[in-house]
Amino acid sequence: MENLLVQGLSGLATASSLFLVASGLTVIFGVTRIVNFAHGSLYMLGAYLSWTLVTQLPRGHLGFWGGVALAALIVGVVGVLIEVLLLRRIYKAPELFQLLATFGVVLIVQDVALLIWGPQDLLGPRAPGLRGATMVLGVRFPLYELFLIAVGPVVLALLWLLFNRTRWGTLVRAATADREMVGALGVNQRALFTTVFFLGSVLAGLGGALQIPRESVNLQMDLVVIVEAFVVVVVGGLGSLPGAFLAALLIGELQAFGILIFPRITLVLAFLVMAVVLVIRPHGLLGRAPSTAHAAAAPEPPYLPASPWRRWAGLGLLLLAVIVPPFLGDYALIVFTEIAIMMLFAASLHFIMGPGGMASFGHAAYFGFGAYGAALLVRHFAAPMELGLLAAPFMAGLGGLVFGFFCVRLSGVYAAMLTLAFAQIAWSTAFQWVEMTGGDNGILGVWPSAWAQSKLVFYYLSLALCVGAVMLLRRAIFAPFGYALRAGRDSPLRAEAIGMDGFRIRWFAFILAAVAAGIAGGLFAYSKGSVFPTYMSISRSVDGLLMVLLGGVKTVSGPIAGALAYTWLHEQLMRAFDLWRLFLGIIILALVLFFPQGLAGALGRREGRS
Amino acid sequence: MSFVLPRRTALLSAAATLAAPAAIAQEGPIRIGEINSYSAQPAFLAPYRNAWALIQHEVNAAGGINGRRIETVFRDDAGKPEDAVRHAGELLNNERVHILAGGFLSNVGLALSDFANQNRRLFVASEPLTDALVWSRGNRYTYRLRCSTYMQAAMLVEEAAKLPPMRWATVAPNYEYGQSAVRWFKELLLRAKPGTTFVAEQFPAQGRIDAGATVQALASANPQAIFNVTFATDLTNFVRQGTTRGLFEGRTVVSMLTGEPEYLGPLGDEAPEGWIVTGYPVADIQNPGHVRFRDAYRARFNELPKLGSIVGADTVTAIAAMLRKTGSTETEHMVDGMSGLTYSGAFGEAESEFRALDHQATMGAYVGKTGLRDGRGVMLNWRYCDGKNYLPTDDVVRSMRPQG
Repeated sequence: MENLLVQGLSGLATASSLFLVASGLTVIFGVTRIVNFAHGSLYMLGAYLSWTLVTQLPRGHLGFWGGVALAALIVGVVGVLIEVLLLRRIYKAPELFQLLATFGVVLIVQDVALLIWGPQDLLGPRAPGLRGATMVLGVRFPLYELFLIAVGPVVLALLWLLFNRTRWGTLVRAATADREMVGALGVNQRALFTTVFFLGSVLAGLGGALQIPRESVNLQMDLVVIVEAFVVVVVGGLGSLPGAFLAALLIGELQAFGILIFPRITLVLAFLVMAVVLVIRPHGLLGRAPSTAHAAAAPEPPYLPASPWRRWAGLGLLLLAVIVPPFLGDYALIVFTEIAIMMLFAASLHFIMGPGGMASFGHAAYFGFGAYGAALLVRHFAAPMELGLLAAPFMAGLGGLVFGFFCVRLSGVYAAMLTLAFAQIAWSTAFQWVEMTGGDNGILGVWPSAWAQSKLVFYYLSLALCVGAVMLLRRAIFAPFGYALRAGRDSPLRAEAIGMDGFRIRWFAFILAAVAAGIAGGLFAYSKGSVFPTYMSISRSVDGLLMVLLGGVKTVSGPIAGALAYTWLHEQLMRAFDLWRLFLGIIILALVLFFPQGLAGALGRREGRS
Repeated sequence: MSFVLPRRTALLSAAATLAAPAAIAQEGPIRIGEINSYSAQPAFLAPYRNAWALIQHEVNAAGGINGRRIETVFRDDAGKPEDAVRHAGELLNNERVHILAGGFLSNVGLALSDFANQNRRLFVASEPLTDALVWSRGNRYTYRLRCSTYMQAAMLVEEAAKLPPMRWATVAPNYEYGQSAVRWFKELLLRAKPGTTFVAEQFPAQGRIDAGATVQALASANPQAIFNVTFATDLTNFVRQGTTRGLFEGRTVVSMLTGEPEYLGPLGDEAPEGWIVTGYPVADIQNPGHVRFRDAYRARFNELPKLGSIVGADTVTAIAAMLRKTGSTETEHMVDGMSGLTYSGAFGEAESEFRALDHQATMGAYVGKTGLRDGRGVMLNWRYCDGKNYLPTDDVVRSMRPQG
C-alpha cells in the first residue's frame, strides 16, 4: 500500500514537470494559433543555459536558483527574437505554415547546441537544500521531487492570477477567444503576441532549467519533450491551462501505475490516452469548440486547372524524368526513385490537407502500412513483389478506413493530433510485436522480383505508379467528388444543407489518401530492401508535412514541388556537410520568409494567378 | 569543443606516399564507405571517427597497403536505416568504395548487412550489438567487430553466478538490444544457477525513462539484485533517482556497458560504486599496445579515448590487416580474407579473430566493479574477458545461423 502511494507521488512529480512545459505551449497556441515545434528546443536551451550558468560561472555569483531564473529569462528573450524576426512576418500565411518555420528553428538549435556544449551528456548540479531524501510512509523519497510536485500547482496559480487579475491577462484571454475582435477594438496585437511568446518561452526555459537536478542535459531532450508536451496540451484542450494541468496529472499517474502492470507500455501510453480522450471529447478535457463567428473569414480561392504554361512545364518535367535517367548512374536512379515515391507521399498528404482541409500529423502510418503490407507477405508467405505491391494499398486503405472513421469527425489541430496518436499506436505495434513484424530489427529481404532488379527498371516502375497515382488524385480533386470535398471544407453548414454527407465524403477522401500513401510505402519497401518501424515514425510524418507546406498547401502542384525540393535538399546537404541540420534549418527559414505561400504558390503569383 | 574532424581534412590528412611504386599507385587509393548515426549518437561516434582518422593516418604514413593509401568517405544516416541504405547505394555507385563499414544502431546494421548481401559487397559492421547480425540473419558478406549482446551478457552472468542473490529484477530499454540482453541474462543465469527467480522487470522507452516511477516499481518488488541494461541518458536519470531513493543500498547491481567512459563520465561524482559492469578502464590499462594508442590519441585530440575510439580504431586496423592479407580489393577475395582474420586491437590484449564459423570477432571487454576516484567514476579490480570464451558452442551457433 505504501509503495502504491509513493508510486503515485512519483507520478505527481512527472506530472508537474510535464505541466511546466505544456503550460507555455498552450499559452502560445491559445493566442497566436501557432503550432510551435520549437518549444522543445527552448526547453533544451533552458536546461543547457542553466547548466552553464550554475556550473561554469564562479560560485557565489548566481547560485543555483539565480542560474535557473536567469536561464529562463534568457530563453524568454530567445523566444521573443524568434517571434519578432521570424513568426511575425508569416502570421498571414496559411494555417500550419508557421510549423515549418519553427521546425527550421529546431534543426538550427540542435546543431548549435552540439557545437556549443559538445556531444556528451551533461550532469547538472543538484539543488542546494534539496539534495537528499525524506521518509514518506516509510519509503525514501527525494526532496527535489517533492519540490517539483509543489511547483506545478504554484505555477498554475500564478498564471491564473496573471490571466484573471491583470489587464494584460484579460486582453490575452480576449484574444484567445476572438483574435479579430480584440484587434478591431484597438488593442496592439503585435505587442500582445510578443509578450505572450515571451511568457511561453520563459515557461519552457524554466521547465528545462528545473529538470537539471533530476535528469541529464542532452541533445535529445528537445524532441522527447515536444511530443509529450503536445499530447498534454491537446488532451487538456488547446489554450486551456487547467486542462493542461489535468492532462499532465492524468498522463503522469497513468504512466507511474501503468509500468507496474505493463512495463512496456510507456512507449505508447500517452498516445493511447490521447486517442481515447479525443474520440470521447473532440476538444480535449477542458477545451471549447473554437468560436465559429470568424472561422471562415477568408474562403480559399478555388483551384484552377493548370494554365497552358504549367501544363507544358509539367509535361516537360515528366519527359525529362523519362528520357534522362538511362544516361545516369545507379545512384542517381536511387535518388530519382526516392523523389518519385516522396512526390506521391506528399501528394497523398496534400489531398487530405488541401482539398480536405484536415491536416495530418500521422500520415506516415499509411506509408508504413503499405510497406508492412508488402513486407509481411514476403516474410510470412514469401510472396513475389507483384503481390506485395498489390497488397500495399489495400493494407493502407484498411488502416485509413479504421483510423479515418475517428479522425475525420474532428477538426483542426485536434484532428491532426488524433492522426498522430493512431500513427504512434501503429508504430508501437510494429515496434513491439516482434513475432509478427520483427520489432525494431525490421523485416529484411524485401527485394524486387528478378525482372525489376535493375535500378532503371525499378525506377520506371516507380515513376509509372507514382505519376499515375498522382494524376488520379489530381483527377479526383477536379471531379465532382473533389468539389464536394472542398465545399465541406469551406462551408460545412451549407454543404450539409444541400444534402452532402460531409462525414462520408471526408472519410472517403481520407481512405483515398491512405491508399495513395500505401502505394508509395510499398514501392519504398522494395527500393530499400527492408522495412522498419521508422517508416511510420513521427519524423517521416513531419517530413511529409514539410514537403506539403514547403510546396504550398493552396496549390495542386505544391506537394510535387515541395517533395522535389525537400528530398533533393536533404540528400545533398546530408552528403556534403556534417552540420547538415544547421544548413537545412537556415534554408527552410529563408524559404519560409521569401515564399510564405510555398514554392508553387510563389510561382503562381508570378503568373499573376494568386 | 568540436571533436568532429571536417570531412575534407580526414580525407586529405593522409600522408603523401611518394615512395609508392608507379605501377601500384595507378590503382589509386583503397576506398572505404563508412555509414553511421553521427548526428543521432554524437557522444559515441565523435570519438569513434577521431580514432578512425588517427589509425587511417598511421596506416597511410607507414606506406599504406602495398603502396595504396586508404581513404574513407563518411556518411551520416541520422539513425534511420532507410537513409543508411541510400547512402550505401551512393557510396558504391558514385564514390566507388571497395568496402562498406560502420553502423551503430542494430536496425541500421541489419539493413546494411542485407543490402551488402543483396549487392555482394563486403560490410564490416563495427558497433551494432544485435545477435541477429551474425546469427539468425547472418550472411556471407557481413562481419561484425564488437562483442555482441550475448557475449557481454555472458561475461556478466559469469560474475553474477558467483554471488549469493537469488531474487533478481531487470531494467532495460524497450527495444531489441534491451530485450535480448535481458533474455540472454535470464537464460544463462538460470542455467548457471538453477532456482534463481526474477521478480520484476521494467522496460522504459529508450531515451525517455520515467526514472522516479521506474525506480519505485523496482524497489517495491524488493529484489536482492538488479540487472541493468539502460545506458546514456536513461542510465544517468536512473542512477540519480535510484541513489536518492536508496534503491542500490544493500543490493547487488550488474550492469551492461556502464563502465564505458561514454556513460560513466557524464555521471561525474554521482557514479555508482560497487556495480559489476562491462566497460573500458581507459586510464588504467598499461599494456604497451594500449599505452601507444592512448598516447597517440591524446596527442592528437587532447583527451582520453573512449570506447567508441577503440571500436573505430579496431575497425580500420582489422580492415587494413585483411587488405594486407589478401592484397586485393576484389570483394570475394576480401570476404574470404576476413574469414579467420586475426588482428591486434587498441586494447592491446590478445589478438582478436573474425571467426569463420559466424563472422563474429572475438574482441573482448573489460569486466570490473565501479568505484570513485578523484570525484570521477572508474572501474576497479577489472580483468579482460576475451570474447572467444563467451560464445555458445559451435553446434549451437550453427543451429542459429542459416547455413550454406
